[in-house]
Amino acid sequence: MRYIKRSLVQLFGYKVPRPTKDQLSPAVREIYEGKVGKLSKADVEAVRHEHKGTFFNKWQKRRWATLIFVNLLFVASFYFDVQLVEGSLTGARVIGFHFADLNSALQVALAYKHIVLNLVIGMVTVFLMWMLLGGRTFCSWVCPYHLLSEWAEYLHLWLAKKKIVKNHTFSRKVRSVFYIIFALLALLTGYTVFETISPTGILSRALIYGPGIALVWVGLLLLVEVFYSRRAWCRYVCPIGVTYGMVGLFSPVRVKYNAEACHHEGDCRKVCLVPHVLDLTIRGGAEDVNQDVAADCTRCGMCVDVCPTDSLTYEVKGLSKMLK
Amino acid sequence: MSEKKSVGKRQKQPLTPKRKAQSRREFLRASALTVGVVGISLMGFIPVMQGKTLHLRPPGALKTPEDEQEFFASCIKCGQCVQVCPVEAIKLADLPEGFGIGIPYIDAREQACDFSCDGLQCVLACPTGALTHELDYPADTRMGFARLSRPKACLAMQGKGFKGQARGPDYKGLLRYEEVDRWTPIPVSEHPYDLEICDLCVRQCPIEIRITQCETAAASDDQEQQVARVAQQVGNECPPKHAITLEPVDLGDGIDRMKPIVQEGCVGCGVCEMICPVESAAIVVDLDKNADTLGG
Repeated sequence: MRYIKRSLVQLFGYKVPRPTKDQLSPAVREIYEGKVGKLSKADVEAVRHEHKGTFFNKWQKRRWATLIFVNLLFVASFYFDVQLVEGSLTGARVIGFHFADLNSALQVALAYKHIVLNLVIGMVTVFLMWMLLGGRTFCSWVCPYHLLSEWAEYLHLWLAKKKIVKNHTFSRKVRSVFYIIFALLALLTGYTVFETISPTGILSRALIYGPGIALVWVGLLLLVEVFYSRRAWCRYVCPIGVTYGMVGLFSPVRVKYNAEACHHEGDCRKVCLVPHVLDLTIRGGAEDVNQDVAADCTRCGMCVDVCPTDSLTYEVKGLSKMLK
Repeated sequence: MSEKKSVGKRQKQPLTPKRKAQSRREFLRASALTVGVVGISLMGFIPVMQGKTLHLRPPGALKTPEDEQEFFASCIKCGQCVQVCPVEAIKLADLPEGFGIGIPYIDAREQACDFSCDGLQCVLACPTGALTHELDYPADTRMGFARLSRPKACLAMQGKGFKGQARGPDYKGLLRYEEVDRWTPIPVSEHPYDLEICDLCVRQCPIEIRITQCETAAASDDQEQQVARVAQQVGNECPPKHAITLEPVDLGDGIDRMKPIVQEGCVGCGVCEMICPVESAAIVVDLDKNADTLGG
């Protein structure tokens, strides 16, 4: 329950309050107290250096491969007419089974005000699939815009390091505002307004059916992200992320934080798309020795890759226990 | 706002002026972002309001001749209809169409729907019912209504025949010629004609082709043909009304002229517009009416 509450608070742009001293479990309090004054900057640097020697971006590589594979599956399926995965990311049939993107289906349901059985089947299938796989896993492991945006982010970070650009942050609550506005617009206008500007749909269709003028819009978004605000679309606008974030509330696939060896140096928060979910890695941020990262996390694994002390790991709730 | 909530019980100290200014800037930027993004997304309304998004739609599209709103609302923009079409007639609209982005349309002159899938595959593929499943047969569709827009250009009206490739050697469009290949559509350019009087719009009309097949089957005593007729009635009903006929006209100048007359059974598929050998087509599909709205 606490996990769901914490996740919802973050999903809608609020900050989870730091646990008070009484809320800390005795075990984690001992860990925090034991660490005071123990680590020097040189120590952290040494651990970092050691980690870098064995640092292969394992999860990033797997994720990019998966993302490209899934999207190419759509393309190849149409190109060679093998009918494996028909349609695009907004709606598809996988070997004949209906799959409907939850956010697109929601827009259609609100605008059309009817819902046919096939769409319900598609939504339930997709809901169950992403519930099992992590919810926002869709964002980092499938969404084609995520990959382009990730590359744009590297460019942004490089330019920021050279002091050519500066990151401008927004209030994160704006994403929930967008979520409500786009739902209301679909309901009131009777048009699926968000689909007009959704880079996920635009890119997926462009890959499968050929490029169009709509790619200019995607290009503009990327330019904004490079020159003005890091990962702006995914962080502050995209309702798809909110939708799948809510699916992820019930997901067993999570990133687990273990406070024991953590140096609290914050390398994980620097690479994270949604760094607020990693606030628990700040000293005094976790209520217990082990705590799961909340549902707004896209399970991209960047923090797992970068953490010099392996304090962040993937876990599948239930399954990990069974394996032990 | 967030700061108030974020301050835990432990830390009651007020925000530093720097944090306050930062929070104010973030709020202002977020407001500007909201106005900007919502504004841009609503610009999609402009082409819709101007009526620039009216197109020939795939069979079964939830629309009336003048209102496509329901179709726009129900379409999930996935393109599954595009993928199943054997003649690749269906395309998806682009950003200049605003809210119409990703919505399927047909450019009949380039490639019309000739129902060569037989079973209305696009309708079956549609996951949201934007192409309504209430449709069973090609003759039930109401895409538009054909009209002889340039009677003077029409070869039949001039009493002329037609010889050669209907749309020239470079035309990429496909049609199914059952006498050539029952299952696979072939390029129109590979099927030249030699006609004493041009009747292409009638000859290639899918509704007329189906009516002829039904009549042939009905007239035949052949056992196999009888079986075929049952199959037709079950799987691909015989159209109840003619769609287009060629009738003689006499202008008193001694030339044998024929006029294509669009009949009540026309579904507006656009094959006549596609095959018409005259540039630009003498017969076109009007979107503002269909067989059901003819009277009004």
